[in-house]
Amino acid sequence: MIGILDYGAGNMHSVEKAIKKLGYPYVRIEDGTYTGEIEQLILPGVGHAEQAMKQLEERGLVSYIKRKVEEGIPLLGICLGMQLLLETSEEGDAQGLGLLKGTVPYFADPDLKVPHMGWNDVEDVKGHFLLKDLPKQTDFYFVHSYYAAPKDTDDIIGLTAYGTPFASAIGNDYVMGVQFHPEKSGEAGMKLLDNFCRYAKKKVTTC
Amino acid sequence: MLKKRIVPAIDVLDDKAVKYVQFRNPTIIGDPAELGRKYAEDGADELIYLDTTASLKNQEVKYEWIRRVAEEVYIPFSVIGGVRTIEDFRLLLRAGADKVGVNSAAVLRPELLNEAAAIFGKQCVVLGLDAMPILSEDGSIERWEVYTHSGHENSGRDVLEWAQEAAYRGAGEIICTSIHKDGMKTGYDLELIKLLSENVSIPIIASGGAGELHHISEVFTEAKADAALVASMIHYGHYTIQEIKQHVKEHGIPMR
Repeated sequence: MIGILDYGAGNMHSVEKAIKKLGYPYVRIEDGTYTGEIEQLILPGVGHAEQAMKQLEERGLVSYIKRKVEEGIPLLGICLGMQLLLETSEEGDAQGLGLLKGTVPYFADPDLKVPHMGWNDVEDVKGHFLLKDLPKQTDFYFVHSYYAAPKDTDDIIGLTAYGTPFASAIGNDYVMGVQFHPEKSGEAGMKLLDNFCRYAKKKVTTC
Repeated sequence: MLKKRIVPAIDVLDDKAVKYVQFRNPTIIGDPAELGRKYAEDGADELIYLDTTASLKNQEVKYEWIRRVAEEVYIPFSVIGGVRTIEDFRLLLRAGADKVGVNSAAVLRPELLNEAAAIFGKQCVVLGLDAMPILSEDGSIERWEVYTHSGHENSGRDVLEWAQEAAYRGAGEIICTSIHKDGMKTGYDLELIKLLSENVSIPIIASGGAGELHHISEVFTEAKADAALVASMIHYGHYTIQEIKQHVKEHGIPMR
């Protein structure tokens, strides 16, 4: 069962529809008291980082997510949901979930149009399973004004050039995120979501 | 590299996709969701639905077709038309729209852009801007002014000034339609689109006037648009989106 975190994020429904179309069983998780069994978690998100963290906090979802990640449940953040995986965001000076090390700065280059909006290619830089069976460079749909700057370059799964290259897919085998919207990226996006559902497995803990 | 976008525009009346002839006489061309899916499969990068339903009593009908589009289309889509309040934004986004366009209401009350951006994020706030050229005595274009209410009323506002203000307030993107070019099939208003593309910090979607393939490539090469809106070119089957994209690619413009 895939848990889709529902905290009022704008793209929750489109993520849900995409998962439904792929045929995976899923459940919406609206607050931290949810006790059902889940194998994977998806954190959608569009909008404002500070607001989103507030919404997650009010619903008890911050501690829920952290608990599940500790249990080894794989987590996929999408767009703002990915930015929240990091420690801090410049957007409203928000604190993130801190599941990955790094920050979320604004596109400060005055020559760039912000938001970065439209289809841009993601280069697979480490063969992570999210990009499995996709070309080395694949176009996905982006809409964002802030971007992930992971501290550890090992956490970079995919790179995209907008002005300079930035990390458009980040994480490891258990906590991962994509800046673009796979649920709005046609077939390639569906493939990526399918990869997550198919290959993201619970971490085996020794204790 | 960021790609330029080809964006089909679909007019909707009640819950049918329609095509207007000279802004009147709507003829049904299909179902909004089916048409959207067809264009998405043919390579559309995004879709814009222009809701031309005037009657408020058909609100429920509106959310129903939007929900169906969201079920069937896996690329982004905007809905524009009749949006006046934050509640309108909320309902359209809830129904499944990725972006909501606002036109006259933002001219009347620009704070709407700030409020919408603060609540939903500027990525889903689209400004619809209808422009008409103001001619000087010798007949050359002096500047463009913003028209509201489907191009019927002159707000007296300067287009560039309004576009910049809207971007500052919270619009994430601008669809700029030149009224005098719309439906003429003689090409986009390149001067106007260039003016905005070069002087406004958010993406510009050029609208109004596309009839031939070279109109699309020139709006990218000459006017620096971020996206090109196409309507009658594809609705009547004169061109497919793939043909348009192939042509644009041949002019060295990055396309998906």
